[in-house]
Amino acid sequence: MTSKNKKLNLKDKYQYLTRDMAWEPSYQKKEDIFPQEHFEGIKIIDWDKWEDPFRLTMDAYWKYQAEKEKKLYAILDAFAQNNGQQNISDARYVNALKLFLTGVSPLEYCAFQGFARVGRQFSGAGARTACQMQAIDELRHVQTQIHAMSHYNKHFNGLHDFAHMHDRTWFLSVPKSYFDDARSAGPFEFLTAISFSFEYVLTNLLFMPFMSGAAYNGDMATVTFGFSAQSDEARHMTLGLEVVKFMLEQHEDNVPIIQRWIDKWFWRGYRLLSLIGMMMDYMLPNKVMSWAEAWEVYFEQSGGALFKDLERYGIRLPKYHEQAKIGKQHITHQLWSTFYQFGHATNFHTWTPSDEEMNWFSEKYPESFDQYYRARFTYWREQQEKGERFYNNTLPLLCQVCQVPTLFSEPDDATKLSLRSIVHEGERYHFCSDGCCEIFEFEPEKYIQAWLPVHQIYQGNCEGTNVADVLSNYCHFNMGEDNLDYLDSQDYRRWQAIKGQVPAEPASVKSKDVA
Amino acid sequence: MSSVEIKTKTIEPIRKTFSNIQRRFGDKPASRYQEASYDIAAVTNFHYRPLWDPQHTLNDPTRTVIRMADWHAVSDPRQFYYGTYVQNRAKMQEATEHSYSFCDKRGLLTRLPANVQENLLRYLVPLRHVEMGANMNNSGIAGDCVAGTVAQLHIYQAMDRLGISQYLSRIALMLDENTGVGLTRSKGYWLDDPLWQPLRRLVEDSWVVRDWFELTLVQNLILDGQLYPLMYQQGDQWLADQGANDASMLTEFMRDWFVESNRWIDAMVKTVMTESDANAAQLQAWVDHWVPRVREALAPLAAASVGGAAMNEVHRQFGTRLQKLGLTSPGVEV
Amino acid sequence: MSQLVFIALQDNDNARYLVDAILQDNPHAEIQYQPAMIRIQAESRLVIRRDTMEEKIGREWDVQEMLLDVISIGGSVDEDDDHFILEWKN
Repeated sequence: MTSKNKKLNLKDKYQYLTRDMAWEPSYQKKEDIFPQEHFEGIKIIDWDKWEDPFRLTMDAYWKYQAEKEKKLYAILDAFAQNNGQQNISDARYVNALKLFLTGVSPLEYCAFQGFARVGRQFSGAGARTACQMQAIDELRHVQTQIHAMSHYNKHFNGLHDFAHMHDRTWFLSVPKSYFDDARSAGPFEFLTAISFSFEYVLTNLLFMPFMSGAAYNGDMATVTFGFSAQSDEARHMTLGLEVVKFMLEQHEDNVPIIQRWIDKWFWRGYRLLSLIGMMMDYMLPNKVMSWAEAWEVYFEQSGGALFKDLERYGIRLPKYHEQAKIGKQHITHQLWSTFYQFGHATNFHTWTPSDEEMNWFSEKYPESFDQYYRARFTYWREQQEKGERFYNNTLPLLCQVCQVPTLFSEPDDATKLSLRSIVHEGERYHFCSDGCCEIFEFEPEKYIQAWLPVHQIYQGNCEGTNVADVLSNYCHFNMGEDNLDYLDSQDYRRWQAIKGQVPAEPASVKSKDVA
Repeated sequence: MSSVEIKTKTIEPIRKTFSNIQRRFGDKPASRYQEASYDIAAVTNFHYRPLWDPQHTLNDPTRTVIRMADWHAVSDPRQFYYGTYVQNRAKMQEATEHSYSFCDKRGLLTRLPANVQENLLRYLVPLRHVEMGANMNNSGIAGDCVAGTVAQLHIYQAMDRLGISQYLSRIALMLDENTGVGLTRSKGYWLDDPLWQPLRRLVEDSWVVRDWFELTLVQNLILDGQLYPLMYQQGDQWLADQGANDASMLTEFMRDWFVESNRWIDAMVKTVMTESDANAAQLQAWVDHWVPRVREALAPLAAASVGGAAMNEVHRQFGTRLQKLGLTSPGVEV
Repeated sequence: MSQLVFIALQDNDNARYLVDAILQDNPHAEIQYQPAMIRIQAESRLVIRRDTMEEKIGREWDVQEMLLDVISIGGSVDEDDDHFILEWKN
């Protein structure tokens, strides 16, 4: 066959290899084939305007991803064979990994599920292909994370039943409810929440703390999987940006819907990331940068540039971004204070920061640390030295929406607890902020469904009448191994032995009775 | 205790694997497949009902009428987790790329008689659209099913179908010298040629099947189980008879893939069948409904290409396969 | 206001060629070296050109190979056979 037609360029060829495989159905109605596309009110006039964010055919995908996996697993094997876990800065570091495996890795699986579903539900074939590729990438992430952590699980506590704990533990309902919220939403909200708000706007605030934290603390396994996973993230970021621009360009009626989603998911993401900020500031023996610095670079600057670019669509910075700017001085200290005192109920260890660390905080948080937080850590350390390490006997109130304990302060007064409540159909609900209130008010029938762990414990739904039984029977904590102060832990004793040092006398021989 | 003893002691692991793996397989080191596939999907305490399906929870085992005490009983005989999956496919890809390059460089397709080239565009390349249907179905199943072992089987299947559709497309691009003209012709056949319409109808009908196990049975066992032998095995012979042997190297991937895929599909069906009489009865009911429909859909395509005898042979072999799984094939003497 | 685009790469063997190519084609770019990672940022626009990379690396090079070593990006992406561009248009 001879042809006088022009050869296809890369962009057009890719379209032939993806969206051209699709066709207008004749034997079934489009709305029966794609039933989830209209209920959110998003109007798509012309799917042909979808710009493929990246152009990877499956043969190239298999080839490049296989190369990455070969390298990654060679390093994971070497790490295990050479007991690489002994080269980390300090065993306190491993608590960051416990938070990661129980809090974040299950979300990667949820992302796989969510993208697999929207990878079927969009009538635009180009979007389907990009979403499916993301789905399988997310499966890659959960599996490589499990494999990287597998060796740590053999040598440290707190990691051993991560998926089980994720479904049941009080603070892990923060990430779980975040992703349940996204997955229970429609396909366009799902993409705005995850592809755009999380994988584009906020991604570096998850990635940098963990992966750079690993690099700075000698964790070769995590550095390797982290950087390897990040090369997939570049594709995910381009999808996130493309999807939001596509929706905005398709119809002006989409703009207010998307703005509302951007506001909501910024706020839920910010609350979720407070756990990461806490990890970054308090769990890393070698610090990368402070949470305040990370927020400034990765949201205020990068995010600023992004939202300036989106101004032409009528999109503005997320509502309450100013509160996040103020909050960056406070939230990590507020969170660690809370997790410290509930350290009997966490699958990771907690401890009081050293003088050196507190001086670093003074330097990095000149407007807040010495004024509001140093004194409490100093006090708690004194209590611990007296053999009265403080554990809080009650359970915290959780925000109905973000499910973080209501421990945040008002934006304009760091000495005042930020608390809100709303009565809905005769029942009172509690919130940490105006941001969470507004999310609730828009869809109350959704948020009243939430499975709040503390409420559930008090209702007797968690296999125990006291906290210790709940943690042990229901959450599968190995009591005395997974929880309590670092200085009382097996992790610490083994680490000291590795370093050839005699462990210090257990710091809290008699800790106050924990509930 | 001497310091040397302490040092050795501290290198000893304190556990051999994750607790959930231990509960399933005992207190011993686990494989990478096991650690990455079991119990990774959430099972309880979901926070919100899906807006798009308020009758069910997020990970809801009742999205199919099939009941399993534990869906993890369905696992992958190939033991594919992501790493082994892509590495396996990369090896296949390397060999396939070699074939495609060779074919392209030597102009093996463009030197074929015009009518044979047209046959490729009419009888082979339109299968890329069937692959799109399969890709969509498997992606949907991955989203709907429960248990990581089952879900990952289906996302790999979905991406494999996309890969196969792209290889089929490249056959046309080789024929039309990268202008897209061949693909357009081929798509025209898919949309309008009477011999393709029953199959196209079947694909579109599959898109409204809501029970994900029914769908995996229809797509991965019943449709593929007859389509592939028909068009890639019998069809390959038919093309060779026309002098298009060289096209064989371009569909070798599909044949190899099909044989490999059947391992997990058969294992899955067997496991589900043997779980309960209710499951077995339901599977047989679906087979009774869909096997004749698939045969009907493939008949005009077969008649125009490989012929009736080849079609009957495919039915017979499929009947044998079903029998091994504990199912009977409606109206076929085995 | 400043609108920086950036790319972060794994600090490995491939990176040295990418860094050379990027610095040659983007004289306004700044480099930061961090543990295991190289971050390059620039005002408004960064381009990676295939022909420059091929010059540096001494063999045929596919723009998509970059994906193996990228850690993170900031900016709108424009990718084709010959280049990979990051930019902010506003």
